[in-house]
Amino acid sequence: MTLEEKQIQIVEEFGIFDDWMDKYEYIIELGKELPIIEEADKSDDKLIEGCQSRVWLDSSMEGDKMKFVADSDAIITKGIIGLLIRVMNNETPKTIATADLHFIADIGLQEHLSPTRANGLASMVQKLKMSALKAI
Amino acid sequence: MIVENEKIPFDINAIRAEFPVLKQKIYGKDLIYFDNGATSQKPQVVLDAINKYYSQENSNIHRGVHHLSQVATSHYEEARTIIQKYINAPLQEEVLFNSGTTAGINMVAFCFGELLTEGDEIVISAMEHHSNIVPWQMLCERKKCILKVIPMTKKGELEMDVFDNLLSNKTKLVAVSHISNSLGTINPIEEIIEKAHDIGAKVLIDGAQSIQHMKVDVQALDCDFYAFSGHKVFGPTGVGVLYGKKEILDSMPPYQGGGDMISKVTFEKTTYNTLPHKFEAGTPHIAGGICLGTAIEYLSKLDIDAIQKHEYELAQYAEQELLNIDGLRIIGTAKNKTSVVSFVIEGIHPFDIGTLLDKQGIAVRTGHHCTQPVMSFFEIPGTIRASFAFYNTKNEIDIFIKAVNRSLEMLR
Repeated sequence: MTLEEKQIQIVEEFGIFDDWMDKYEYIIELGKELPIIEEADKSDDKLIEGCQSRVWLDSSMEGDKMKFVADSDAIITKGIIGLLIRVMNNETPKTIATADLHFIADIGLQEHLSPTRANGLASMVQKLKMSALKAI
Repeated sequence: MIVENEKIPFDINAIRAEFPVLKQKIYGKDLIYFDNGATSQKPQVVLDAINKYYSQENSNIHRGVHHLSQVATSHYEEARTIIQKYINAPLQEEVLFNSGTTAGINMVAFCFGELLTEGDEIVISAMEHHSNIVPWQMLCERKKCILKVIPMTKKGELEMDVFDNLLSNKTKLVAVSHISNSLGTINPIEEIIEKAHDIGAKVLIDGAQSIQHMKVDVQALDCDFYAFSGHKVFGPTGVGVLYGKKEILDSMPPYQGGGDMISKVTFEKTTYNTLPHKFEAGTPHIAGGICLGTAIEYLSKLDIDAIQKHEYELAQYAEQELLNIDGLRIIGTAKNKTSVVSFVIEGIHPFDIGTLLDKQGIAVRTGHHCTQPVMSFFEIPGTIRASFAFYNTKNEIDIFIKAVNRSLEMLR
């Protein structure tokens, strides 16, 4: 599945919810399912300090594809991270660096990626893309 | 102008009708606005005044010979008088317009700070907003002064016996908040002012969270400076007031140089204008000043005692209902509190609750509320803060409690 196809799949999944609370219920479930980073591995170099919630991000290469693990102390932030990682995982650095992550706006969550939201997500996407750029 | 004793009886429905923003729906739900500590909503009379200023009176003030400039100047200065009377400042020129509480504190830190010398001490408290910490740290760095902090108890009350010991003949200024923005504590500023004056120190009161909730009389308090923000007191953003005693303001050097603050300028030497203009360089927020006057006039017609009682009942009711929730802890349990309820819930991040309340039409604030030392003291990342104004109701609190419970069902 291409990065674009994964985005379309997520938009379709969210299409069944017509209520905001249902959307968030789903995001929270995704957050609960996300593999977490062990406390001992939450080193400062992985930390992205938001004003409110904190995010940890780690990346590695497997062949020519990138792998990400991430975590947050807030469950909603974690759920959205889960979506971002689902889209970005197993892609080449070039695909990640140039990705237009329109699905976030398509499912109505763009407020969470605003730099002023202070939940660490905007910085996380930036860091994710930077790590991809470095790997090109 | 203010007509004394002409008070409008407290009628919650009539009051709510004055605030158009409250009629909105957010995500399909009636807006419940519990973020009044951050900023207040504006009554129609203020909105009308803003519109009237820009559509009929817009002009630069103080120097114009033409009609509009004279109208704008006179309305701006009338607003100053309205505010002077409301806070009972002895003189009109003791009321300085600026951009808000932060600007007022920074101005005092810079200009009063210029009068300080190495080793002088400034006392603040453990529950200050960053705006009443950082300017003093900057001053201490600049002038090699020493910053001392009045500690607080786990209830969020200042340790007044320690305060006594912090005061010495080196203390030049005590800067404390009247009301803590993150805890709601009403500090014993009368006692603080008296004790500080006893040893010859001046006192600045950060009034950002107080003037909208209670009567403030700067002469009765005998504070040397009192700073507040227009937007938290039902006026526009970007405008605020610093009250300062004339003899102290006169002794301080000016803050910024520019138009309006000068008496005569030559390349060799410039002499400064008198108060209040000495501290008001450049074109001010004219519409802001005028409409802050309108907001204060509106507030002055309300029954402030009835408002205080209503807000107190709201906070009491909210705390009582919140405490029925498993694992919920109120942060800030001082005996003397205003209508701020800060809380944490075990195992739940405040950001998650805030996000889910937002989707249910409820505006609260989550995070450290610009008081990181307070959060460190309580060893928490942040709180969920509901802060009430007189236009809020018990019915809104019932909906809020249901919404918190629904959010918890989803998160737990």
